[in-house]
Amino acid sequence: MEKRITFNKWSVGILFAVPQLLLIFTFFYWPAGQAIFWSLTLQQPWGGGNIWVGLDNFKAILASSDYWNSVTISIIFAGISTGISMVVAVILAALTDRQLRGSKFYSVVLIWPYGVAAPASAMAFRFILAPEAGFMSVVNHYWPGFWDPGLDGTAAMASIIAAFSWKYIAYSFIFFLAAFQAIPRSQIEAAAMDGAGVLRRFWDIQFPLITPTIFFLLVINITESFQDSYGIVDIMTSGGPHNSTNLMVYKIIFDGFKGLDYSGAAAQSIVLMLLIIVLTIFQFRFIERRVHYR
Amino acid sequence: MSKLKNYISAAAAGVMSLALALPAAAAPTKFDFWFGLSGDLERVVQTMCKNFNESQKDYEVVCTSQGNYDATLQNTIAAFRAGKQPAVVQVYDAGTATMMLSGSYYPAGKLMSENGYKIDWNDYFPGIARYYATSKGELLSFPFNSSTALLYWNKDAFAKIGKTEAPKTWEEAADDMKALKGAGYECPMAINISGNESWQLMEQFSAIHNQPIATKNNGYDGLDARLEVNKTKFVKYVTDLKSWYDQGLIKIKSKDLGQDMVQAFASGDCQMIMTSVGDHGSITKTQKAGMNWDVAELPVYAGTERKNSLVGGASLWVLSGKSADEYKGAAAFLNFIHDPKTALFWSTNTGYIPVTNSGFEFMKSSGFYSKAPYKGREVAIASLTASEPTPITRGIRLGNFTQIRAEFGNQMQAIFANKVGVQEGIDNLVKNGDAVLERFEATYKGKQLP
Repeated sequence: MEKRITFNKWSVGILFAVPQLLLIFTFFYWPAGQAIFWSLTLQQPWGGGNIWVGLDNFKAILASSDYWNSVTISIIFAGISTGISMVVAVILAALTDRQLRGSKFYSVVLIWPYGVAAPASAMAFRFILAPEAGFMSVVNHYWPGFWDPGLDGTAAMASIIAAFSWKYIAYSFIFFLAAFQAIPRSQIEAAAMDGAGVLRRFWDIQFPLITPTIFFLLVINITESFQDSYGIVDIMTSGGPHNSTNLMVYKIIFDGFKGLDYSGAAAQSIVLMLLIIVLTIFQFRFIERRVHYR
Repeated sequence: MSKLKNYISAAAAGVMSLALALPAAAAPTKFDFWFGLSGDLERVVQTMCKNFNESQKDYEVVCTSQGNYDATLQNTIAAFRAGKQPAVVQVYDAGTATMMLSGSYYPAGKLMSENGYKIDWNDYFPGIARYYATSKGELLSFPFNSSTALLYWNKDAFAKIGKTEAPKTWEEAADDMKALKGAGYECPMAINISGNESWQLMEQFSAIHNQPIATKNNGYDGLDARLEVNKTKFVKYVTDLKSWYDQGLIKIKSKDLGQDMVQAFASGDCQMIMTSVGDHGSITKTQKAGMNWDVAELPVYAGTERKNSLVGGASLWVLSGKSADEYKGAAAFLNFIHDPKTALFWSTNTGYIPVTNSGFEFMKSSGFYSKAPYKGREVAIASLTASEPTPITRGIRLGNFTQIRAEFGNQMQAIFANKVGVQEGIDNLVKNGDAVLERFEATYKGKQLP
């Protein structure tokens, strides 16, 4: 007979959850609550006092064309960099998984970039993409004026996308490689014996089996590209030229900590949080249907 | 067993804290000084702190660099809200209005007189003091590292076009740039157009031409001041800069593009730049061997009666909520910095200028300005003291000015990329800048600038 231990009193269960709840409350709910309060007031930066203004902060940012520009380019940035990171990572992982010569070496090398801090990689990319001194100076030599991130917003956007994707290719690669390696060899070998080529095996066997990973990475990559881009923007473009790389998260930190407009920044961070929540719900609601977990 | 271990470690901790506490009883009063300089300048500040600590036994200043000006202000605010603020903090020029309304400072004059130090406040150069003083002229903080913008020009290049002097007017400068271009120089003048260059391109230009940046005497007379640079000579200046850029007479140089303007000048690639006198030292150190160059006051438009340029840099604020002993220490420290000998040490090791007349005289008498690497820096004093400050050239007292500077960068970039016309871009700057000022006014509703 199976012996079951049950706790009748829910208080015992709560007791076990308390340490975790405390952590979540301290590091998430409390600051988030604070941000909501700040977004409804005008805060004096030195803490001298605050004035209740209701939704004025939200009205102010939603009426600002600069803010909508920031939202638009953040979505473009998230879309393109997530696309590049995931497509490149899945190709690299599929190739590494084929156990070609040197794949052990590649799998280590390809993970490295994720370990590099964003400002450091941004610094490296700034050198590489500098129009006068770096790699792009060669391109400019043959095609004068082609690459000018100092005044051309598209070039500046391309630079930060390149730097961000470089890092997240490595991140996605780790998960894709693990997903590929979890697929039983026998299935692929059986398909090979039936005469399926590399691409056919990929599309019909491996790809459907890694859809949970693809979905997971899609959610994470999009979320991270909204949140983790500050270091890269700060080092490479400072949001310029003429606001063309002023992503939402950069604008929040700039307005809040450099401009000392705590309330405006709090309101912006609430909007960013809502946007990420909506995007994530959307993904779970509509994309997850196509995911095969087993 | 584990109990025994606990006893042992408790005893050890007790002995250690006793050991720490004993000498502390006789130790000097410690207080904190936070500043925003890094690299070479940080080392100079640390040496200054060491000199202060060695000069007397009663106080010990602990100096901590926070990396840059923005971070210093942010960290100080965070510390203040948590009740752990330093006694003395360095706040940059643009943060002055925010500081004055913060209600978190201890006025400099009160501090010094309470602690028995006599400071001759009139000894400060008016061009420097008025920037940090209230509208009534009272200094609430100590002017510290100070600079102003100068025109750096390459004598060798100018010799090629038969000139031995820097251009005094913009009309002359335009001719010189064309001549330099004709003589085969690719980059007659370098500028940059990010938020940082608001200082030399908008603020200094407006001051020396006696043009307002904002109403209410640049904000000194009230929080309801609004920008008005879209109606001044600044519009013509930007129009000219843009047309010189289009003609290839001016090049944009920034770190993001691979070479900033100071590097471009030091390497001989560009023949003129406008930057702080604080770069004098680094250009001397990094210049191409044998290159001859000098500094001059910024050009003005012909027919302008030149006014004083604005000071840039930072001042030292004493924060409220510290103990009387710490204030004694802070007063002693500020008195030490005020000393002309410290001024000489400070200016020799950095590019900054002395802030008092007595400091300047002391440096002149010690022969500082006739020595080779420092020669030319007196031009900065001449520029700052070109006239008695007018109500407009006292300085700029606008809230959240960092955001307005960033907006300057945005609109200049849009203008230079042909996204908007000159007037339209500057109108946008005024519109967006005013939104920042309105928010600031609303945040401090009912408060007055001192």
